[in-house]
Parts: sequence; C-alpha cells; structure tokens
Amino acid sequence: MREWADFTAEEDAEGALHLAFTGPLEVSSVGPLDDRLRGLAAPVASIDLSAVPEIDTVGAWIVWRLARDHGATIKGADARARRLIDALRPMRDDGAEAPVPQPLGRKALEEVGAQVDRFAKGGVGILEFYGALLVSFWTILRGRSPLRVIALVRQLELTGVSALPIIGLMSFLVGIVIAQQGAVQLEDLGFGELTVNLTGRISLRELGILMTAIMFAGRSGSSFAAQIGTMKLTEEIDAMRTIGVSPMEALVVPRVLASVLMMPLLGFYSAVIAIIGGAFISTITLDIPFMAFLLRVRDVVPMHDVWVGLVKGPFFGFIVAMAGCYQGMQVKGNSEEVGLRTTIAVVQAIFAVIVLDAFFAVFFTEVGWG
Amino acid sequence: MREGADSEFPIVVADLCNAFGEHVIHEDLSMKVRRGEILGVVGGSGSGKSVLMRSIIGLQQPRAGSIKVFGQEMTHGLPHGDIDVRSRWGVLFQGGALFSTLTVAENVEVPLRKFYPEIGDELRREIARYKVMLSGLPAEAADKFPSELSGGMKKRAGLARALALDPELLFLDEPTAGLDPIGAAAFDTLTGELQDTLGLTVFLITHDLDTLHEICDRVAVIADKRVIAVGTIPELLTIDHPWIQEYFNGPRGRAAEAASHRAKAMDKPQGRGA
Repeated sequence: MREWADFTAEEDAEGALHLAFTGPLEVSSVGPLDDRLRGLAAPVASIDLSAVPEIDTVGAWIVWRLARDHGATIKGADARARRLIDALRPMRDDGAEAPVPQPLGRKALEEVGAQVDRFAKGGVGILEFYGALLVSFWTILRGRSPLRVIALVRQLELTGVSALPIIGLMSFLVGIVIAQQGAVQLEDLGFGELTVNLTGRISLRELGILMTAIMFAGRSGSSFAAQIGTMKLTEEIDAMRTIGVSPMEALVVPRVLASVLMMPLLGFYSAVIAIIGGAFISTITLDIPFMAFLLRVRDVVPMHDVWVGLVKGPFFGFIVAMAGCYQGMQVKGNSEEVGLRTTIAVVQAIFAVIVLDAFFAVFFTEVGWG
Repeated sequence: MREGADSEFPIVVADLCNAFGEHVIHEDLSMKVRRGEILGVVGGSGSGKSVLMRSIIGLQQPRAGSIKVFGQEMTHGLPHGDIDVRSRWGVLFQGGALFSTLTVAENVEVPLRKFYPEIGDELRREIARYKVMLSGLPAEAADKFPSELSGGMKKRAGLARALALDPELLFLDEPTAGLDPIGAAAFDTLTGELQDTLGLTVFLITHDLDTLHEICDRVAVIADKRVIAVGTIPELLTIDHPWIQEYFNGPRGRAAEAASHRAKAMDKPQGRGA
C-alpha cells in the first residue's frame, strides 16, 4: 500500500502561508504533491516537518526549494531531515536550463545546410578511403607488407561458403517463380517452350548476380560495417594503429578481396541453381523433362551471357565490401551509431549495385552481347 | 516503512552455488550484509565477485541456494510487485553502463520514469540535476552524452543514476578501477559521505586496498569458491589463510595500511593522493 504525502496551509494575518507536511516525503510519495506546491499563490513563511515520519533526498529537495523560493523557515525537522537539507546547501541552481528552441524556419535551413555539408564531406571521405585502399593494395603487391592469408581465407569462408545454403535456396525459389510465371504468359502466346530461354538467359545474365549481390549486402556488407564499427568503439582499431598494424591492410583488404573473389562464384552458383529450380518446376507443370530442360539451356543460352554475369561479379563485390568497411570505419561515439552505419552501408550498397547493373545492361547490349 | 527495511540484514545469501557449465564458481557460499554498513568484497581475479553481485541482483540464475534481499527471495526470478525490490537498490556497473543515446540527466530520469510516472516533468528534471550534482559532477555535465565524458565522470554519472530512486542498498562494482589516485580518493570520500548522509547499505566490490582501508566497515574475502572470512581488516589479519596474508601483507597492502594510519594520525578525511 502506498502512502501519499500531503500538506495543510494556514494563512496568517499578513497573508503568508504556514505549511505543515504530513506523511512520508519520499520519491514514492511526493509525485502528486509537487504541482500543488508550485501552484501556491501566497508567499510561504514557514514549513513544518514535525508530522513527517520519513524523508529522502527528493523530499528534502522539495522542502529546500520551497524554502529558497519563498524565503521560508523550516521547523520541526528531525536529525535525518536536517542532514539531508543541509547537504543541499552548497548546491547552486545556476539555471543550466535547456537551450532556447530556435524558430522553425531557421532550424530547417540549418538542417538542410548541415545535410549538404555532410553529403559533400561523405563524398570526399569515400574518395579518401578508396585512395587509402589502393595504397594498401599497392604496398601488398610490392611485397612491402604481407597479404594476410589466414584472414582472407576466413573471410572467404564467412562470405562465400557459409552463404551457399541461403543463396542456393533463394535462387532455387526465384528460378521456380521465373519459369512458372514465364510459362503461364508464354503459353498464352503459344511459345511455351521459350520459358527455357527466359529462365536460362535471365538467370545467367541478370538475376543470379543481382540477387546474390543484394543477399551479399544484407549478409556480409552489414556484418563488415557492424564488426569494424564495434572495433572502432572498443578502440581495437586505435590499438592496431599504435602497434603499427594498418587497419586497412588487416581488416579492409581481406574483406574487399574476399568479396571480389567470391561474388562472381556465388553469382554463377546462384544462376545454376535458379536454372535447376526452373527445370524442376518445368518437369512438374510443363511436361518438359528435367534433363531435356538442362540440355535445351545449353543450346539456347549464348556463351556471352555467362560472361556478362561473371564480369559484373567483382564490381558488385567491391561495391558491397567498400560500403560496409567505409561505413564501419566512420563509426564514432555510441552504439546507436553502429546500427545507423550498418543500415546506411546496406542501403548504399544495394542502391549502387542496382545503378551499376543498369549501366552494365545498356553497355553489354551496345557492345553486341545482347 | 517499507517491507524488511528495518531488518538487520538486507542481504542474506545462503549455500549459493553458481557454475558455468563444468566450471564451478561458487560452492555453498554464504554471507550476510548488515544494514548501514559498507561491505567491501575482495578476491582474486576470476574468483566470482561480480558473479556474486549479479546473482544478488537477479541477473544470474544460480544452480542452488537462496538469496534474500529485504526478505524477498531472489532466486525465483524478480518479483513483480507494485513498487518492487528493484526500486530499492541502485547498481553502479564497472564501466558505468550508461545508456549511450541519452544524456546524463536523461539517464538519471530513466528509473524515475519507470517507477514513479506520477512525478511531473519539472520535478523529475530537478531531481535528475540534483542527483548529478550530488555525485560530484558539474551542472553542465547533465546535458552531455556519455561519449563526451571521461572515465571518472562516467562512473559518477553511473552513480547518479544508481542514486536516482534514493535506494537503501547500493551495489558498486569496482568503482575506483581505472581512476587516477586523486579521482579514486575523491570517489571514496564521496561514497563515504553519501553513505553517511543517506544512510545507505553499500555492497562494494573492489581491488583497491586504499578503498578498503578508507571507507569499508567490514571486508568479505572470496576464495576457494566461498566467502572464507568477513570482518574488519585487523580481524582478517589474524586469520592464517595464505591468500588473505598475501593480500593484506603484500607490499601494496602494507603501503595502503601505512597511508591509512598516516591519514588518521593527521585527522584528515582522505589519506591518499595527498
């Protein structure tokens, strides 16, 4: 059962109030009391605490504030109350209040300016990062510092091998959807067997590598940003620098290299599984036997479709890894920043991949690999 | 008067067993904390001091045994009373454990909002600022974010949050670790003064021999998976246990004791950093 604090006010001949508190003056009991005390119109001359059985720092604060604001005297305080109120004496309430809010228009302008500034600085920052990465690669190529093979193999495993099940499952389902939906539309036109061309070509040229890049950004790009960001927060990166280990060489190079190497392989794997998915659904719904589907793919898909998919892989891998590592390196301050930077890394990576993919699509058609 | 507030032992631990997998941390550990005392808890690294604290505040589910805080059993999960036992203790974690996205003042307001929503915004802000200053921080620190504070200031800010609800029981996990001697001495003095003014019971885990000599009423020694002794430092010195002897009679133990004697002879409130 909670007991609330209360007070009675008596007005004397000069119109000043004499307050007498009753009940415990504690953090658990003063909540409703405060507004009433702030609302007192007349000046308070004295505060009587003799009917207060319990008092804590919050109660003492309220009594002290009342006494300070009204110049009132405090009566009937027991030893504990006096000790707590005395402890408040050196307190200076120097009005470190919240800053005055600015007018909305000006604040909006300020926000826009800050955003533009951040954008410009971000562009410069990415260029700097890119430059530093190139320098690190160059140092390693000239044999000035070793390539971290163990770290690289570990990243190859994390980004590549462990991604096989999820990318396989995703691609299989995408293959089923393309073949099945394609067949429905094409059969209306009387070209049902063209679904093989559709599935084979789109998987190898576009969807395999694009879906893989998106999955890769969600899986590995985010984990790069979060890992490096957390290492930044815990000062591991600073520790590396002081020991003379370049974080670029130790952290970023293995991740970028692993992504560049793994993305074309994963993209090709994804395309193959998508075709198998298409063949699987065709066996069931289109009466094209499984092996016949696969053999027909060999006939109708030109070799350059495979190259189109493979060429795009390293670029996409580079973009995803760069976005993840760069955003991770930008983390400073608190743990919220890690989450924010991770999100930015994934969004930027997927966006850049899709933009680049559009350029590639036009480019390859123009050079005759249509 | 709150339930169990006048009992002589706010914390009673009996036959506590803790283990992580095969690794046994505590075996039949028993101890009592007296009301109004500062109890220092010492033990070698990895002896389970922090695990003991985490068990008492209900963050670690023990294998067996009973832990009573204000007469309430803690081992069956935290009780969900109206104003439960959590509002009656304050905990200062080792690194301060401040919420990094809130300012110091907002950090202090979190427990107030949680337990006493009826307190108005204005009063809550006043209380937060008052607690910040009570823990020895300058007023302008209230609007700063934890990442803008030094290690010592973070601990003080953590203490301000621990004191937000006027707890009866204060848990401090290595409050002076990582502070410079002057900052550590000041923190000791602050702990002592707060304990005196607010009538706190303090459960203090420390490695700091100076802290033990300066402010602790009694010291509990954890070794061999249990509390092997509890008492004042002179009492502990009479016990013939190799760890205790090495701890208090090692070079650092002697230096801290000498400093404490000097300080008492000169009748100064603090004995180091001077």
